[in-house]
Amino acid sequence: MIERTPLLNFATHVILLVGLALVIFPIWLAFVAATHDLRAVNSAPVELWPGPHLWANMQEAWVLSDFGPKFVNTLIVAVGVVVGKVTLACITAFSLVFFNYRGRMLIFWLIFITLMLPLEVRIVPTYAVAANALSPFQVMLDATGLTGLIETVSGIRVALEWNLLNSYTGMILPLVATATGTFLYRQFFLTVPDELVEAARMDGAGPLRFLWDTLIPLSKTNIAALATIMFVYAWNQYLWPLLIITDRANYGMVVVQLSDLVPDQFSTGGGTPTWHLAMAATLMVMLPPIAIVIFMQRWFVRGLINTDK
Amino acid sequence: MRRAYFKTSWIAALLLAPQLLIIFVFFYWPSAQAVYWAFTLEQPWGGGNTWVGFDNFRNILADPYYWSSVRVSVIYAIAATALAMGMSLILAMFVDRQLAGYKAYRVALIWPYAIAAPAVGLAFRFIFNPNAGIFSYVNTVIPGLWDPTQIGWQALVTIILAGAWKHVAYSFIFFLAALQSIPRSLTEAAAMDGARPLRRMIDLQLPLLTPTVFFLFVINITDSFTDSFGIVDTLTGGGPFHATDLMVYKIYSDGFRGFDYSGAAAQSIILMVLVMALTFVQFRYVERRVHYT
Amino acid sequence: MAEIAIRNAGKTYGKTTIMQGINLDIRNGEFVVILGPSGCGKSSLLRMIAGLEEISSGEIAIGGQVVNQLEPRERGCAMVFQNYALYPHMTVGENIGYALKVARMPKAERLAKVAATAQSVGLTEFLDRKPGQLSGGQRQRVAMARAIIREPKVFLFDEPLSNLDAKLRVQMRHEIRRIHNQIHATSVFVTHDQHEGMTLADRLVVMNKGTIEQIGTPEEVYEHPASVYVAGFIGSPAMNFLPGRVDDSRAAVVLDDGQIIPLMSAIRPAAGQLVQIGLRPEKLSLAPLGGGALTARFDFAEELGSGRLYHLKIEDVPISVMAAEKHSFGEGQTIGLRFPNDAVHVFDGASGLRLDLHPAPTAAMVPA
Repeated sequence: MIERTPLLNFATHVILLVGLALVIFPIWLAFVAATHDLRAVNSAPVELWPGPHLWANMQEAWVLSDFGPKFVNTLIVAVGVVVGKVTLACITAFSLVFFNYRGRMLIFWLIFITLMLPLEVRIVPTYAVAANALSPFQVMLDATGLTGLIETVSGIRVALEWNLLNSYTGMILPLVATATGTFLYRQFFLTVPDELVEAARMDGAGPLRFLWDTLIPLSKTNIAALATIMFVYAWNQYLWPLLIITDRANYGMVVVQLSDLVPDQFSTGGGTPTWHLAMAATLMVMLPPIAIVIFMQRWFVRGLINTDK
Repeated sequence: MRRAYFKTSWIAALLLAPQLLIIFVFFYWPSAQAVYWAFTLEQPWGGGNTWVGFDNFRNILADPYYWSSVRVSVIYAIAATALAMGMSLILAMFVDRQLAGYKAYRVALIWPYAIAAPAVGLAFRFIFNPNAGIFSYVNTVIPGLWDPTQIGWQALVTIILAGAWKHVAYSFIFFLAALQSIPRSLTEAAAMDGARPLRRMIDLQLPLLTPTVFFLFVINITDSFTDSFGIVDTLTGGGPFHATDLMVYKIYSDGFRGFDYSGAAAQSIILMVLVMALTFVQFRYVERRVHYT
Repeated sequence: MAEIAIRNAGKTYGKTTIMQGINLDIRNGEFVVILGPSGCGKSSLLRMIAGLEEISSGEIAIGGQVVNQLEPRERGCAMVFQNYALYPHMTVGENIGYALKVARMPKAERLAKVAATAQSVGLTEFLDRKPGQLSGGQRQRVAMARAIIREPKVFLFDEPLSNLDAKLRVQMRHEIRRIHNQIHATSVFVTHDQHEGMTLADRLVVMNKGTIEQIGTPEEVYEHPASVYVAGFIGSPAMNFLPGRVDDSRAAVVLDDGQIIPLMSAIRPAAGQLVQIGLRPEKLSLAPLGGGALTARFDFAEELGSGRLYHLKIEDVPISVMAAEKHSFGEGQTIGLRFPNDAVHVFDGASGLRLDLHPAPTAAMVPA
């Protein structure tokens, strides 16, 4: 379209640059702070240009926060959530879309409702379940009198226990227990033409064969999108690991580590706040998900829009 | 609706089982548990819970701190949402003009999505710090003018800014996608009718964005009730003097620091109802959207 | 042997009956075209043969075996879909060979067969492409090849040409017929396009509203349409219909405006019976006033290049006439309409059924 609007174009760039500055400025300040030493970062007025200490600060923060094992832990959890969610979402949506059985809509809604209540809202009881993931079944056995029955019959007192505190499983499972990915897949599966299913059936392919040979190759974009979203989601978890990981030395996650770096009375003992280290650590923690989002931008944007609509 | 199905139903059940099991244990059971706790009180020396009816709720609703928490949450939710959406809407509209550098702008506005809430909180804590950040300069001119660690409303402003900042990217992604789904022919028709770009933004794009605005409004409000925990915890710790004690933060501190499970559960129930009401509104809207497009 | 026998088949969705009382015998190696407007149930019937839809009542047998409960893959049918339903992520070669892969045919043998099949439909140089990189006609060939390679007992076609442009459609039509003549598999082809039906079919099955109106060779269906519906559906431009009443002599029909059409002696309807007279446009010709059996009012003419299509009216009933010769009548002019006596089709006014003494020859093949 031929349209000459030099003034508006100029204004557009100005507005966008201002907007961009507003978005980037906080991170820029954090970055600059991470490049100065203790004295410079606490001097007024604030430094606006990077200093020479970035590498040194990062090393110090790395050691201080014991980031080595924590990055590994966070990576394990993030990958676990990604793999768990992608697999689970795929097979669940497959079952919901490509089979016709009674109660399908009921199950659909049972899963759909989990979108309503984020983990943070039901954090207290979820924590209790994580302390013993089998407690629901124990309670049901007790309530139905089965525990007593089994005890009288076999002489064994049934006591189910599976403690998930301080474990990767405990980190991963509750994060997988929502429907986000299921709906992304469902949306996609619904667009698969009936004829393709029928062609597969005519070709003699059963359901699992169809899933493996046709649907999964076709949903690569979805997998990429969902994997990106879930990676960011899992990496950035804070409240949940804060609660269930008390053994930080072995199972600590990087984002939780940030709370220890808050330069308040506890961490500095009234001394000069170590902002340069806090910011260096913040940068390191932010980096992996940012890199993934930028790298996967194309798929991730599409996926995000399809999950929530 | 689909007409082609597979028949083997045991495979269907098998595929469904893991997800159902997980959501039962980690979603439905805890949610039910929350309801149970909300109506009972744990005995101090063990011996199980006693039924107390609505007592927990009465205690909460009689607690001035709870009401201050509700008030702060609502202010935070509305202010952060309005700021984030206003800014992302303007940016998306201008990015959508697709001038030179369009792709660079787009990437630059999307990546903050990936930043963890506590990281945002920590960065903003530094920036708005009375002694070290930019505001240290303000304080050298007029001492004590800016101190979010002491002055409640300043702390609230800080978490609002941090929350809004964190949500700009998310809303931006949706606004841009919605703008780009407006058929080109519509824009061209408006141009043929003599509407210039700014005019088209107001007459064409804004009205067509209404559904997205509504959708994002609900999502952002819901998020600000739940996702704000990380920001508050690293930025203000709920203080000073409960000035930033958002509902989700209060549940955490009452439940896990005060060990008042029943009170925390009752608060959870209230928050659940609130979030579910909001989500319900959104589903209604999603449904309508499905029908009309 | 792969003859198909459909006995009293019906299809209901919940309480709505969309098809009932379908009886059809398809001989081994025969090419049968099911023709009808959209929504007449022709695709459902095809999909019931394929096993993609369940049969609500009656039974379907292929090669003497009742297949009602068999899975699609167990029926030995191959199908070409309207939108081809090619697997978008597989190459042409993988698409063609997929059924063999599922059936665990050894790779070398499979590839050889894929190559041979691709050769036979002219796809050899496209084997490594993805369906997205092919033209409509090429995709159509892949769909064909995918069906051929399985050497099915029965070939099913679900409007396979409707996504192609007119020229390609004619070309693929010839291709399909050529392949059929080569491999002689029993074929059932569903379409709403009468030209496809007329040119491809050994026998035509005309369907309407979930029932079969007529079964017969294309010629039979054209020459002796069994009902007003078939008569109007087959032939282009469509047959003209004039309502009238049989006079007391039972040898002529009086039209609404008083004009009289004599009947062939073979037709003996009851006196006073309401009928529809059917006249094919291509059997009519124009004459100056007084020059034909009927008079009509001239409306306008359309030039078709090869001939002309004249539009007339008798009372308010529009009549079209296909003729090669050029006339120059003015609008509103009263002219004569000529036709041979045996061009008159007579249908019952109420039931729409043909009042012809020689019955449609195919009717005998439909078991009661």
